[in-house]
Amino acid sequence: MDIAFLTGQVFNGFSVASLYILAALGLALSFGLMRVINMAHGEILMVGGYLAYLTILWVPGPLGILAGMVVAFIGAGILGGLLEVALVSKLTSRPLDTLLATWGVSLILQQAARDLFGATGVSVTAPAWLDGAVSIGSLQLPYARLFIMLVAIAVLLGLAALLRYTRIGLLVRAVNQDRPTAAAMGVNVRQVDAFIFALGAAVAGVGGVVLALLGPVTPNVGQSYIVTAFLVVILGGLGSIIGTTIAALMIGMITALSQIFVDVSFAQVLTLVFVVIFLQFRPQGVIAIRSRALDAE
Amino acid sequence: MKAALHLKSAAGALALVLAIAAPWLLSAYDLNLMARFLALSLTAMGLVLLWGEGGILSLGQGVFFGLGGYALAMHLKLADLGAGEIPDFMVWSGVEALPWWWAMFKSPVVAIIMVFVAPAAIAALFGWAVFRRRIGGVYFALITQALALAFATLLISQQGKTGGFNGLTDYHTLFGLNLNLPSTTLGLYYVTLALVVAAFFGLRWLLGSRFGKLLRASRDGSNRLRFLGYDPTPYKVVAFTVAGMLTGVSGALFTLHAGVISPALVGVVPSIEMVIWAAIGGRDSIAGALAGALLVNFAKDKISTAFPELWLYGLGLLFILSVTALPKGLAGLVGPDHPFKPEKFGDMFARWRRGKAANAKAPKPSSPAEEIAA
Repeated sequence: MDIAFLTGQVFNGFSVASLYILAALGLALSFGLMRVINMAHGEILMVGGYLAYLTILWVPGPLGILAGMVVAFIGAGILGGLLEVALVSKLTSRPLDTLLATWGVSLILQQAARDLFGATGVSVTAPAWLDGAVSIGSLQLPYARLFIMLVAIAVLLGLAALLRYTRIGLLVRAVNQDRPTAAAMGVNVRQVDAFIFALGAAVAGVGGVVLALLGPVTPNVGQSYIVTAFLVVILGGLGSIIGTTIAALMIGMITALSQIFVDVSFAQVLTLVFVVIFLQFRPQGVIAIRSRALDAE
Repeated sequence: MKAALHLKSAAGALALVLAIAAPWLLSAYDLNLMARFLALSLTAMGLVLLWGEGGILSLGQGVFFGLGGYALAMHLKLADLGAGEIPDFMVWSGVEALPWWWAMFKSPVVAIIMVFVAPAAIAALFGWAVFRRRIGGVYFALITQALALAFATLLISQQGKTGGFNGLTDYHTLFGLNLNLPSTTLGLYYVTLALVVAAFFGLRWLLGSRFGKLLRASRDGSNRLRFLGYDPTPYKVVAFTVAGMLTGVSGALFTLHAGVISPALVGVVPSIEMVIWAAIGGRDSIAGALAGALLVNFAKDKISTAFPELWLYGLGLLFILSVTALPKGLAGLVGPDHPFKPEKFGDMFARWRRGKAANAKAPKPSSPAEEIAA
């Protein structure tokens, strides 16, 4: 096997991992805080993609995609906030029921997208400055994929800075570490929950724009990424950005590297087997801020 | 209480009589639907054991449904063939010889044993690996969902061995009986009904036993149970295995009645739809789950043929409403704490309002762990 091919697959692994980071970060944040998983998260990716499509219709030109990101960030954030206030906050004491209720939301959003935009999907044409590739030797690194990695890194750094240096970040970390104590110290826990949920959805919206660069936005586009994103969250550990990032990189690499030997469907099986085996040794995930050994299972 | 019990037994007996008389009451088409949905109700009953009583939400029941369904369908495919022939889809995909794991399904006895054993074995193995490390709740739900995705993808990709996206269909004989004859369909309907009744009473027995009590205890307080000296793992593994086996039988019977098993029936979306049958009917009521499976599927059949777009909105709403408005499902409406029970004469909503206020604070399920300790 030649080196260029191997490096190419490693590059692919990083680019797949960037997608999973964008898809899973929001999930991981609200999971760490509220112990709930939003099954409609994939549809928030989808909404981000459609918002980018609509924005580019309004703002054609080279900067359309950036405008699309801003619109998708805000739009998906509002949608996430609404979802949290209207449904998820009512069910936080029953995480499994939250799964089912948000799955219902995802079915409704998918069908709504089908009715509004058609089942075949719409495509977002990448701006000209994303065409082409860097070539290193015989290796071709497409600009679009490099752009995706840049977006993922920017989002990661932005979130880390937000959590580290701002007041709301301080509150989020407090609630993440110990909810009852934070509440007793006067932190408005409900507002922090809603903020993080909306922020996570907003990040997913940006992820949706990035997905739109890779292929058409269809009503099912979220579904194809979300199950793996859930695995990333499980693997990453509770509410840790670093853990989620490492988990996304691991799963991205396994997906890309195993495709050297087996086809895509077996790669999927291998990923799952890896996660189950990994959890045998570290059931708490890559990084766990808090022990969940005595949590109610 | 006693009167309510009599009333329930009477309602159950009436339902059974109606089910036995169904071949004379329903058209052939509706009878076939009834048989299919009765088969599906086994899956819902398994979920009562697993989810309602065990607190373990599996979003991957489609895997076991598929294992049971494919095990029987492989035999049905082979039963139609002469010596040395291989199934049509293998010929189309250029597979030359029957793989050995196909060949053993030539015998109907092996196939029927596999319907029970294959799902149970996979469930036991997977359950043991996961519950052993105390992985439960949301984690378990999401891992089983990934399992369903991997299973369906694998089935689709192995075109030459599994029939790919189209699955296995077009079969005619079981035990030398022609499956298309009305007498065979009638017989199979009664076989299905008998299995459903057996599963119903079997599960009631299991849930009433000491096992059932410990399973509920592991749901409500795993740690308390550990402190009392019990290991919750085997109870969870057994619940998952029994539920997996029931789901496998359910898949095999469904394959017989529907005449097809395919990846579209076992993937992520059908797996989570199975949960809604139990949720609508009542996750902690076996009879409720049975009713839920029949109701949701008949509704799906009638609504999705008339208004296909509407059905998905309806299903989405069902998911949301079943957990917000009716967390105990339809069975909760007739249970001892039904919301319309009058508190005092003339104020039938007082209880409901009070219950809502109590729920908003903290829903605290009664804990069998304490019963055992006492």
